[in-house]
Amino acid sequence: MTHPSRETWLWLIHRGSAVAMLPFVAGHLILMMLTVRSGLSAADILGRTQGSVSLVAYYGFFVLFVSVHAALGLRTELAEKLGWRGNRLDLAAATMGLLLLATGGRAVWAVYSVSA
Amino acid sequence: MLDVAVWRGTTEGSFEHFDVPRSDSQTVLDVVTYIQRHLDTTLAYRFSCRVGVCGSCAMKVNGVARWTCRTHVSSVAGDGHLEIAPLDHLPRLRDLVCDMTPFFEKWTRAGGAFVPFEPPETTVKRGFAAIDPLSQKRLEAEAGIECIGCGVCYSECDTVGRLPEYLGPAALNRAWTLTNDERDGRGASRLRAVAGDAGCHSCHTQMSCSERCPKRLTPAASIAGLKRASALAALRGKL
Ligand code: SF4
Ligand code: SF4
Ligand code: FES
Repeated sequence: MTHPSRETWLWLIHRGSAVAMLPFVAGHLILMMLTVRSGLSAADILGRTQGSVSLVAYYGFFVLFVSVHAALGLRTELAEKLGWRGNRLDLAAATMGLLLLATGGRAVWAVYSVSA
Repeated sequence: MLDVAVWRGTTEGSFEHFDVPRSDSQTVLDVVTYIQRHLDTTLAYRFSCRVGVCGSCAMKVNGVARWTCRTHVSSVAGDGHLEIAPLDHLPRLRDLVCDMTPFFEKWTRAGGAFVPFEPPETTVKRGFAAIDPLSQKRLEAEAGIECIGCGVCYSECDTVGRLPEYLGPAALNRAWTLTNDERDGRGASRLRAVAGDAGCHSCHTQMSCSERCPKRLTPAASIAGLKRASALAALRGKL
């Protein structure tokens, strides 16, 4: 058994990011339902998202919390299911987190910058 | 007659069938004892008190870990079939006997020994520690104190199966009772012992331990207590 402080912090961050995601998930679902029901076309939607700083902030944080949460969850699974430990484990989790951050960030950037 | 399949061998082995007569108020331990006394004296199993105190008689009965001395045949073998096997997640020594060493080693690693905050001589001079029976800490300790060390929870915990180093429900439950002992002298060092990479934070809170504990303890709640306590200690920079 090693690194009690680090493991406890990672546990806290994992649970904390889950809680932090809750309002974002709810907001996202409500937003999706409203858009679908109002019958907006893709072009209409992109017209509204383009250049919207609040949208970038909202989805930016959402992507950040998802990346952190998923990476830490994956870290636990790799340790349990594949028996990974040490640097290999942390590196795999960090790579996963960065990958999610990059792809998620790219998507946010796309709806912000692309014009319809 | 009961049709009883009993595990014979170690990790390698197979089930052997025995016919055992039914009787009133018969326990699973009675069945195993009958086989050993009347049908095959070479059968190895472990028991001591026969009244649910010592924790030595735990086995898997029809797939579920139970204390066999307090498990009535009528409650688990309605159809007249019994399958009896050694506990999971422990080295098998012979037939129904497991090596409990890893189980108790984890109690030691989790700081399961009582270490008083003052030398015994001082306590003797000062008199008994007066502990309010209704204090929060005493109630927390009370909830987990009656563990008999049977290993049922350990056998039923999937996390122990996947992560063999995981301290497991019983050792962590023990650590939590001591954390709440006002005479305890280990404090943060015990939290450090239980919060590492195969400690309390590895628990998935699926509660098989609490579901199966024959003493109706809730190790999962004790583990949640350790998670809380270690998280608070980490936030305060004291872990
Ligand atoms: S709640 Fe935790 S300790 Fe209990 S069985 Fe599940 S993983 Fe194991
Ligand atoms: S917590 Fe319950 S199941 Fe686990 S060892 Fe103690 S008495 Fe047995
Ligand atoms: S023989 Fe002691 S608890 Fe069953």
